[in-house]
Parts: sequence; structure tokens; C-alpha cells
Amino acid sequence: MTSLPASSGGKKLGLVIDLDICVGCHACAVSCKEWNTQGYSAPLSDQNPYGDDPHGAWLNRIHAYEADIEGDRNTVHFPRSCLHCEEPDCVTVCPTGASYKREEDGIVLVNPDTCIGCKLCSWACPYGAREYDYAHGVMKKCTLCVDRIYNENLEEVDRVPACVKACPTGARAFGDLGDDKSEVSKLVKERSGYGLFEEFGYKPVNKYLPPRPRRDKAADGAPVALEPTPASQSTSKADRLFQWADRLLSR
Amino acid sequence: MHPAYSVILFTTASGAGYGLIFWLSLLGVNGLLPIERWFGVASFGLAFGLITVGLLSSTFHLGHPERAWRAFSQWRSSWLSREGVAAVIAYIPAGLAAIAWVVFEDFSGIWGLMALAGAVMAIVTIICTAMIYASLRTIRQWHNPLVVPVYLSLGLATGALLLLLLMALFGYRTTYLEGPTLLLVGAAMMIKLVYWWKIDREDKTWTIEQATGLSASTQVNQLESPHYQDNYVLREMGYQVARKHAAKLRYYVMIFAFIAPILALGLDLYLDNTLSVVLTIISVASSALGVFIERWLFFAEAQHVVSLYYGESRA
Repeated sequence: MTSLPASSGGKKLGLVIDLDICVGCHACAVSCKEWNTQGYSAPLSDQNPYGDDPHGAWLNRIHAYEADIEGDRNTVHFPRSCLHCEEPDCVTVCPTGASYKREEDGIVLVNPDTCIGCKLCSWACPYGAREYDYAHGVMKKCTLCVDRIYNENLEEVDRVPACVKACPTGARAFGDLGDDKSEVSKLVKERSGYGLFEEFGYKPVNKYLPPRPRRDKAADGAPVALEPTPASQSTSKADRLFQWADRLLSR
Repeated sequence: MHPAYSVILFTTASGAGYGLIFWLSLLGVNGLLPIERWFGVASFGLAFGLITVGLLSSTFHLGHPERAWRAFSQWRSSWLSREGVAAVIAYIPAGLAAIAWVVFEDFSGIWGLMALAGAVMAIVTIICTAMIYASLRTIRQWHNPLVVPVYLSLGLATGALLLLLLMALFGYRTTYLEGPTLLLVGAAMMIKLVYWWKIDREDKTWTIEQATGLSASTQVNQLESPHYQDNYVLREMGYQVARKHAAKLRYYVMIFAFIAPILALGLDLYLDNTLSVVLTIISVASSALGVFIERWLFFAEAQHVVSLYYGESRA
């Protein structure tokens, strides 16, 4: 059914992405592609992968922006994927019921067996989160690794989305954003996390933590620039030996 | 937005087909058309042909056309589904009215009611088609109150031009219908002009700062795209080919869709139907070309907010 579930179970699974920590390594995107080309709605096809114009469906894309953060011009690495909105139009515009929102945990999914590939859901999404699979003829999107997070064949520590598992800097967190006491909810509260394009009223579940301003260099005591220690002040015997060698060779 | 030719063909052909059904039914019921067998065969045949070709072609851009029947299920929430349902329902009263006209040459009583129901469903279907686009908040040029009037007026105008052509081919005098048709085409032109004026003057509402949420920043620029080749999102939503030619293409739409048909019909009125066949053929051919360009431009001029993530500053 493409009508939204009447009552949400209160559970809102989603991601919290820390723009302050993300270094833009694309490990989450690569890991996502790798997992999702063999899991739910596989394969995640590529076209002409070794040719002149390779392209393919990816469920996670990493941009880099330049932005002012309290006076400093900063680079902000910006992962972009489905935000699993509470009231998304991508679900309601679907003519077949293939695009749906799960009542039990709020995950937005596409049923690859009933999708007709009309692409209207991708037009309705302001985030560009849905990518059409040209080989499969159906729409693909982030599944929040629904085939990992409940997968009892995996160790419990691995039951998180592939992107979260892959992130080497801990910039991605997964949890229940409908529960005020969850770790992710606390993070969002502490750091004033926000959803993208809240103006559309789709109530995105995923949240982004804003980049923090740079630490005040003087107050921190960190050196402004690195300077070489004057060699003549050194008292070590080895340094004096090298000073002597330096003088000798400089003649 | 990337213009899918099958969708352009669908919206223009079926729009004209529903417009023709509307005028055949409304004018037929009011005794303003000759309820004659072969004229009915040709007219309803053409209308159903256009609608059916349009509906079939609209399935060509699907990834899985064989699953198209599933699209009738979600009429509660989806305008695309509603359109499919309305299009199929419209066949029933319009088909019965066509049988009455062709077989019994009778358009009175219950048959008249069928015809009117068909006319209403034709309008409903065109509105559903327009609402597929008008309901998308992500595209400013489509999420506009004039999109439904544009689709309706163009469907009714092209349908009326087809009716004039058919009547001329069957040797009927068309003078009494040409004045109203002229006004209709003129009205469609005015609506389209106001639509363009509106979308040009409108503030671009959305910014890259809103898209990224880095709203405290005065200026956000994209440093690096996530990929160096186009992906689906850029192919489908980042289409820019026509935007730089928009002014020229709008000019062609004005000439072909509106001004040429108006001049041809005006000349026909002036010459008192002596050259009806030639002039109505000119007006129909010209309007078909013009409306096709109009629909192509409707897609090509539309800018999706996702372009902000790829470095556009406003959308």
C-alpha cells in the first residue's frame, strides 16, 4: 500500500551522520554498493563499467562542499542517501504500492517484484536518494540494510547498516530516532542535529550533525605554525656531533 | 527534467483525444453536430485511437511494462494511479455513446447521459494527468496552479481543432464552430503566456544552503561531485539541453501552437469555408507540432531541487 501507515509504531530507525567527523573517504558508499549488490533487491547493476561512460546505481553518494563555519571557510564532506522520511511523497506517488513505508520500524523500501519502473518516486524525492537500475528495470534505494540489521546469522555487533560498519572515523551512527533515550537521539540533541529540507514537511528521520567551529588556536595553546627548534640550544651529545658535522661540511 | 518522448506523445495525443471526445459528446448532445454514422466512425475512431496510442506509448518508458496493470491499485494516494483508473473508466461511457452514435445514430435520452458522462471523464482524466506533475513539490515549474489549466485548455483546443478538420473532410460547414474554437485557442495561448510569466518572475525558493542544512553559511559551493560520470539522478533530473534554447522554443510554441492555427481559422472564416479542408489541415498540423514542442519544453524547463546538491545555488 502506498498510503502511509496510519499509526507509526513509534520506532524510527535511521542514521545520524556527523559532518564534523566525516573525511569523505567514500568507504560507506563502497561498502553499501558491495553489500547491496548481493542482498535485498540485488543486483545493484552498473552499465558499461569498463567503457567510456560507466554509470550505475549507488544508494549512497558523498559530496564535498565549501562552507563558512563561524568565519572559517571549511571543507564539508557530505554523504547523501535516503532519509527514511516519516511522511514522504516518494511513497504516496507510487501507482503500484511497490514503494512503501514499514509500519514496524519506519524503513522506506521498494518491492522489486511489483515496481513497474515509472520513476515517479525519484521525481518526488528532493534528496535524489533513489536511483533507477537500468538492468533490473526497477527503482533502487537505501534499505537501511534491512537484510543485515535483523539478520540472526550475523554476529550481533555486525547487525548495523554496511555504511555504519565501514566508516573508519565513526561519523555514522545507527539507531532508533523515535526513542528519546537512544544513543542516536542523545547525539542529535547534544549537537543540534537537523534533517535536510525540513521545509518540504516530509519529516526526514536521518539527521546530520553540523560541523563544529574550529577551536580557537590561541586559547587552545596549539602553535600557529611549526618552527624548527634552534639547534644551538640543544644539549644532547648527538645534536652537538651533527652541529660539528654541519659546520665542517659547510666549509 | 529529462523529456521522455513516450510521455510527451502520451500527454499530447491523449489530451487531444479526450478533447475531441469532450466536444463530440457535448456538442452532439446539444444537437450541434450531425449524428451521422460514418462521421461518428471517423471521429470516435480517431479519438479512441489517439487515446489508446497515448496510453500504450506511456507504458514504453516503464522498466516493466508487463506489470503496468498494477498501477490501477493505488488511486487513494497516487495521481498516476488515478489517471490510469480514470482513463479506463472513461472508455465505458464514451464507448457506449460512440456505439449509440454509430449504430443507432441516436444521441438522445440515456445515450445523451452516457455522452455527458464520457465528457466528464475526459476532463477528469486530463486533470489527473496534469496533477501528476502539479503535485510534485520538488519541481517549482510544475508545482504551479496553472499547470492544470494549461493541460486542460491545450487538450480542449487541440480536440476542437481535430473536430473542425473532421467536419471539413466530411464536407460539413464549420463556420458556426470556428469562432468559439478561435477563442479557445486564444484562451489556451493566454494561459500559457501567464504560466511562463509566472515561472519567470517567481523567486527561486530553494537554496543550496537549505539543501545541505549548512544554512548559517553565507555561501555554500560544491567542491567535489560524488562521481565523475553522470548517474541516474543527473541524467533524469539534471537535464539542461533545452534551457539555453528556451526563449527560442517558446517563440516556436507561440507560432505553431497558437498563432498559425488562429490565422488559418480566421482565414477560413473570412473565405466562408471555401478552403476549409486545407486550412483545417494546416491548423491541426501546426498545433500538433506546437503542442509537442510545448510539452517537450514543459519537461526541459523544469528544474528539480536535487540539482542543488550538485552545485546549483538556487532552484
